[in-house]
Amino acid sequence: MLTSFMSYLGSQFSPGVAGNQLWALIYILIIFTGVSVAVIAMNWIERKALAHFQVRLGPMRVGPHGLLQPIADALKLLLKEDIIPAEADQFVFWVAPLIGLLAAFTVYTVVPFGPSQAVSDMNIGILFMLGVSSLGVLGIVMAGWASNSHYPLIGALRSSAQMVSYEVAMGLAVVSAILMTSLNETGTGTLSMIGIVQAQQQQGIWFIFKFFPLGLIAFVIFAIAMVAETNRAPFDLAEAESELTAGFHTEYSGLRWSLFMLAEYAAMIAVSSIAVTLWLGGWLHPFPNRLNAPAWEFTFSLFPALTFGGLAAIAFVGVKRMPADSFFKIQRAGLAVFAALLGLLALLLLVIAIAGRNADTSIAARFREGIDYVFWFVLKVAVFMYMFIWYRATWPRYRFDQLMKVGWKVMLPISLGVLIVTAIVGVLVK
Amino acid sequence: MTPGMAPVATPFFFYLLSGLAVIGGVLVITRRNAVHSALALIVTLLAVSGLYLMLYAPFVAGVQIIVYAGGIMVLFLFVIMLVNLERTVKERQFNRIWPIGVVAAVALLGLFVSVYVKGKNLFPEPRLPLAEANNTQEIGVMLYGNYMFAFEIASLLLLVAILGAVIMAKKRI
Repeated sequence: MLTSFMSYLGSQFSPGVAGNQLWALIYILIIFTGVSVAVIAMNWIERKALAHFQVRLGPMRVGPHGLLQPIADALKLLLKEDIIPAEADQFVFWVAPLIGLLAAFTVYTVVPFGPSQAVSDMNIGILFMLGVSSLGVLGIVMAGWASNSHYPLIGALRSSAQMVSYEVAMGLAVVSAILMTSLNETGTGTLSMIGIVQAQQQQGIWFIFKFFPLGLIAFVIFAIAMVAETNRAPFDLAEAESELTAGFHTEYSGLRWSLFMLAEYAAMIAVSSIAVTLWLGGWLHPFPNRLNAPAWEFTFSLFPALTFGGLAAIAFVGVKRMPADSFFKIQRAGLAVFAALLGLLALLLLVIAIAGRNADTSIAARFREGIDYVFWFVLKVAVFMYMFIWYRATWPRYRFDQLMKVGWKVMLPISLGVLIVTAIVGVLVK
Repeated sequence: MTPGMAPVATPFFFYLLSGLAVIGGVLVITRRNAVHSALALIVTLLAVSGLYLMLYAPFVAGVQIIVYAGGIMVLFLFVIMLVNLERTVKERQFNRIWPIGVVAAVALLGLFVSVYVKGKNLFPEPRLPLAEANNTQEIGVMLYGNYMFAFEIASLLLLVAILGAVIMAKKRI
């Protein structure tokens, strides 16, 4: 056991490729925990950001600035009565949220957080991600049908029509990015998620800027389609509360409902990481080909520490700005502890970055590199997650016929055109 | 290039996946509720895609999931919109052609048994090298190189089918 644990350290392959099951399990646990924590954090950020967009304060009472609100919510959902409607199809009602959750979390097997920081690397990586994430809609449709109620059924039907329509444009946009991976000496592309990022590294350009503006258009098509795929505003017709109360999960309560929420946010992170991998250079830091001198590498390795230092500074400002009233004593102390923890994390990352600068052992160097890779990947995904909130705060919901019109008459022709022009330009350039 | 991963617990996964596929298949024809049948069909199709993975054919496995996930979605919609569930549950499920079904099943079983018994002589012994690492690339080269004509004919056929469906469904275009 210990030998198989140690033998993987310093390997340059992901555990699935190296055939190390122990480390694969460790990676799975890390990713599962990380995604769950990210969903909790996203829950808090979404409520706060939406509130500030609308000139409100958002959650303020549970913990300093409402930091403990997601935990309180989770507790409430766990303790809530779990109702299955009498006329519902018991088994399908029970299994629907689990299918959504399974589909959302299974795709993380191939998400490349770094050249070896992934559970596994598959020959069919992007195909696997698209296929398994499209299984998630089955959970929604099953939930809507099994509830045996009008609004959930309408929500489920809308959701399935929407998914089928936008998957086409999404798939064509993905194909045009995969086409770009084949523009090398041998002329063979790749579907592997790690291979796609490495192709961008070799060609020295993120695919969003390749054949400007072709890559950019394909990226925008994908960025729109992925909002529709995850049923988020302005495409959240499946749960349009003004028309369908709560859409497909109207009849769900308590833990089961929270599983739907978890699946939705996990799916959002998953599609964002597809976009990051295909067009935004995955784990690569900005300008990986120009700024690759050791000094630049060191500068970029300071970014994780700087980011957490900045967050700690913001939290300290929050402590300063808290009202001096004794009523806020506990809240102020709690926020100070949170800020201190963030600061400690920043300090730790700084120490790792500086100590790892001239590390001679391959394991230490690999660890420092790994932090950089994961940091840049997560930072790019985080930008997308913020965009999701921004869309929701900014745009009103589509009407259903408008949604179909955009999907079939605008997005599909454009993505098809981009694919054809990309192929022609690729042949001409070669 | 990359170190190949040795297969783990192959017989276990083979029996697990084929068992799932068989159970799903039986449920598809025995469930009275058409939605339950569609769900059982998903189980079968996913198990079959797992078997493709075990045969070192990842591309076929991935396509199986993508194509049939969408296909089952549409099946679901048909069931919800076109089938009157409350009536079908009460109706008799097997009609009088079951003797023919039994004959067909016995014939198929006989075929399987005979293939199993003398399967060694039926198939050429030297197997093709398993190209797992570049399986997808090989399929791409084959489809767009050696079998280009057949591939294009098939896609033309599908295009005509799509156009025909649209024209038949929509009176005014």
